[in-house]
Order: sequence, then C-alpha cells, then structure tokens
Amino acid sequence: MAGPPPSRRARLSGVGDTAFGALPGSSVLGIHAQAARQAIADAGLTQGDVDGVLCAYSLVEPHLMLSSVVAEYLGIRPAYSLGMMLGGATGCAMIMQAAMLVESGRCRHVLVVAGDMRLTGMSRDGAVAALARVGHPQFEVPYGPNIPAYYGLVASRYMHEQGATPEQLAHIAVTMRRHAGLHPGAHMREPITVADVLASRMIARPLRLLDCCLVSDGAAAVVVSAADASGGTRDSRIALLGAGQGHTHEHVSQAPSLTDFGCHEASSRALGEAGVTPAAVDVAEIYDSFTITLLIELESMGFFAKGEAGPAIAAGALGLAGRLPTNTHGGLLSFGHSGAAGGLTHVVEAVRQLRGEADARQVPDARLAFVHGDGGILSAHCSLVLARA
Amino acid sequence: MTEIGKPVPQPTPESQPYWDGCLRGELLYQHCAACNRAQFYPRSACASCGATALEWRRSEGRGTLHAVTVVYRPPSAAFKPDVPYAVALVDLDEGFRMMANVLSAAPEAVAIGDRVTVTFERRGDIALPQFRPCASPGEDL
Repeated sequence: MAGPPPSRRARLSGVGDTAFGALPGSSVLGIHAQAARQAIADAGLTQGDVDGVLCAYSLVEPHLMLSSVVAEYLGIRPAYSLGMMLGGATGCAMIMQAAMLVESGRCRHVLVVAGDMRLTGMSRDGAVAALARVGHPQFEVPYGPNIPAYYGLVASRYMHEQGATPEQLAHIAVTMRRHAGLHPGAHMREPITVADVLASRMIARPLRLLDCCLVSDGAAAVVVSAADASGGTRDSRIALLGAGQGHTHEHVSQAPSLTDFGCHEASSRALGEAGVTPAAVDVAEIYDSFTITLLIELESMGFFAKGEAGPAIAAGALGLAGRLPTNTHGGLLSFGHSGAAGGLTHVVEAVRQLRGEADARQVPDARLAFVHGDGGILSAHCSLVLARA
Repeated sequence: MTEIGKPVPQPTPESQPYWDGCLRGELLYQHCAACNRAQFYPRSACASCGATALEWRRSEGRGTLHAVTVVYRPPSAAFKPDVPYAVALVDLDEGFRMMANVLSAAPEAVAIGDRVTVTFERRGDIALPQFRPCASPGEDL
C-alpha cells in the first residue's frame, strides 16, 4: 500500500494539552483554546500560520459547527474547516484527515483540537445517559445497556472463547495507573493493585469499576504541517508514515465478530503503508476505553497472537521496560477520557515519546510509534504510524 | 424529580411491520430471496446483496445466547428497580442475531450457550421482544 513519498509526508509539528481531571472554572471552548495555543506555540508558529482547523464535538457545549466556533473563539480565519464525529476514533481520524490536507497541498498547517468538560460540565447520571444513547434506539437502547454493558458483551464472548481471566484484565488497569503516576497531568495517579481492581464494584459483568475508563475534563491539540512548510517549525522530525481505517459495524448487535474488529484492517493498512511490522514498534498508544478494549485490539492488530495477550500483559509486556510499552501516559483508564480529546492524548503522547520529551516515562530511544483510536463499540477504527526522522 | 420511564422504541416505516408483529405475539425478521439470508434489524434493502425485495418471515422465537452481561449500574433511573439484569445477544435459530434482556430470577446464572425462548413485554404502545430461559429440553425443540 503506497503512501505519499517520504518528501511529502505530513509532520506532526506541535502538540498541546491541558491537565486531565476536574477543571472547574473552565469552559469547553476555553480548554480547546488552551490546548490549541500550546500546540501552535510548541510548533514554533503563530495562529496566523494556521490555515486549517479540524475539531471533534462536545456533549457539554454542543455546537453544530464546532470547528467554526473554535476558529472564531481563537481568532483564526482558516482556509479549510471541518467538524468530525467518529467517537473515540475521531482524534486519530482527524490526524489522518489533516495529513491528507497538507499532503495534497490544500493546507500548510492544520490545527487538530478536541476537548470536553464531561466531569464538571455534566452530572454523572447525565454523562451515563448521554453515552448510553450510542446504542440503536429501537433495537438496543430499550434493553437498558450502559456503555460498559456493550463492552461487557464483547468481554463475555472473548473470555468464553479465549479463556482470559479477570486477573489478566486487572493487570491492564494496574499498568495504566503506574504509567499515569509518571505524568503530572494525569487524572488518576494513585497506584492500584490487581486486588484493588478485583475488589472494585461490578458495573456490567465481567467489567468492574476499575476496568472502565475515567470521565474527565480536558483538551488536546496537534499541529500537522506540510513537509515543505515544516522547515519553519521548531521540530519537523515527527512524520506520519502510515494511516488506515477499518469499519465493520456501528451497533454491537451487528458486529460480524466479537473477538476481531475493524482494528485488524486499520492497523494492517497503516503498518502496510508505513512498510513496517508490529514487531518494529517501539511504543504503542492504543485506545483503552475498557481493559477488554485494549486486550482485544492488541490481538486483533497482530501485536500478540490470539489468546496470548492476557498472559503476556500479566507478565509485564505493556510496561515501560516490557516488550511493547503501551499507553505511556496512562491511557483513558488513568490519564483520563474527555470525549474525542481522550483519543487525541494518545497522539500527543506518541509525539512526546518520539521527541524524547516524555520525562520519567520515556521509552529509551523510541523511534517508531503506533497509535490507534476506536469509536462506538469497537466499531470505527483508525491507526497511525509515526516515526522520528 | 421527573419520572422518566424506560425507553420505548419509535417505529419507522421500515420497522413498523416488525413492531406490528410483536403486538400480535410474532417475532418477525426479513429474509432475502436473492442471497437466502436472514436479516435483522429491518431495513429497506438487504445489507448483504442490496436486493430490495425482502420477505417478512416469522421466527419460532428460540435461540442460543452468543454473549451476555449483567448490568449493575443502569443507564437511567427507570432501570434501577431491575438491577441486576441480563443483557444478551441472542442467535435465533433462523440465522439472525438480536439484543434483548434475558428475564430470569437468577440473571447472574445466565450464560453463553443457554437456550432461550421469546416472550413479549408490554411497554407503552409497544410489545418489546424479550427472552426467558427454556425451562426444559422439551421446550427447546
């Protein structure tokens, strides 16, 4: 699968984020602007250099045209503007879209930004109710599944077929928390143990509270620059080598399989375009809405053989010194989850790792990063391969 | 506090025959003569081959659980009295899959592979298909 020639490949020239957790006194637009300004400054640019703006969506301050509202708020008058909705895959999909814009010559510097205030901006019940409506209004929602229940169905089938254990899932949550403890901006930093996870209350069997991602406030932003415009940026080394998507369904009752998903195609396309194999990846930032999400994706995408991810994770494979250091910022499970911004933090962290700017959580000499976002119930998938030149 | 009930499906022109069937105690699904596949949920065309000449057929209402979870933290207050309750994906014997609750006195004992049979729960103007465990191997026939 041919991507653009190396000389045309998009560069991720700037990243920014807010702290994740509770941000009382902030607004959705305010945190968009905070992350965006940081990313533009990080790129060594001014906002007048930005000629493309891609935004996601907000549940707390809904706008029909969020990208236009954010551009207006910042005082940017872009030549290209687009709001995108692909659930948790939106962050990666926006990067893929931004890359196409700069590689085609349409734009020079595209601002990708997402944020929401799901912790302080809406009640806990409100967030649960709003998200549960992702199900089919006639054929799923009437049966009372919450979001963890949709994933609980997936987990039940996976565990039935592959024999994964609650302890193996718990190790994922523990590893993510350990990584978050090394990130000053993470929502939850207190260490947890496998026993803590297994003692947490059941939400939707087999998923317990600590198998579920957080509900956070926060925003993240990335500037994607054209290769021939990146000379004016502070750091033009980080290139997008490959990107790919895969989509098999929206509603879990329509999923062709509950153990293999569109992430298989998305990662194959991205890795193929980059011309690399899973074994070449130094650091992975992979969507972890639930512990089971990460486990299944790792196998579906070929990082582990079917049935082998659980035991490997329990033995430390995802740790900073493991075979595949994963979600080095703590992921959605512990860094935090704030709508599309949650998935975008995986991209931000990958760039920091590749630049060697990840401080205490730095994977030594990380040169190749794999990033993946999924939206819906493992429905919409987008993978990215990033590399340091 | 405003009392908000459980969600009631709003039929569309495409799904109206299905919901009409439920009111008669019949579980209907679409069958595509062009590619010989069962389809659920109802659509205007076959999602496999695109044919639009779809036939409504009546399911015997028996199936096997493909996946099951038990909900302890409901999505809204209306479901709180039911906690814990089972949500399952049911593979019907005619070759289609649907989501429903498994209505059981012991939801935590409901398991993948269990045989279930359809029943209908009245909710507003709708009869909502639900499933209960087959009481005996004989009922499974």
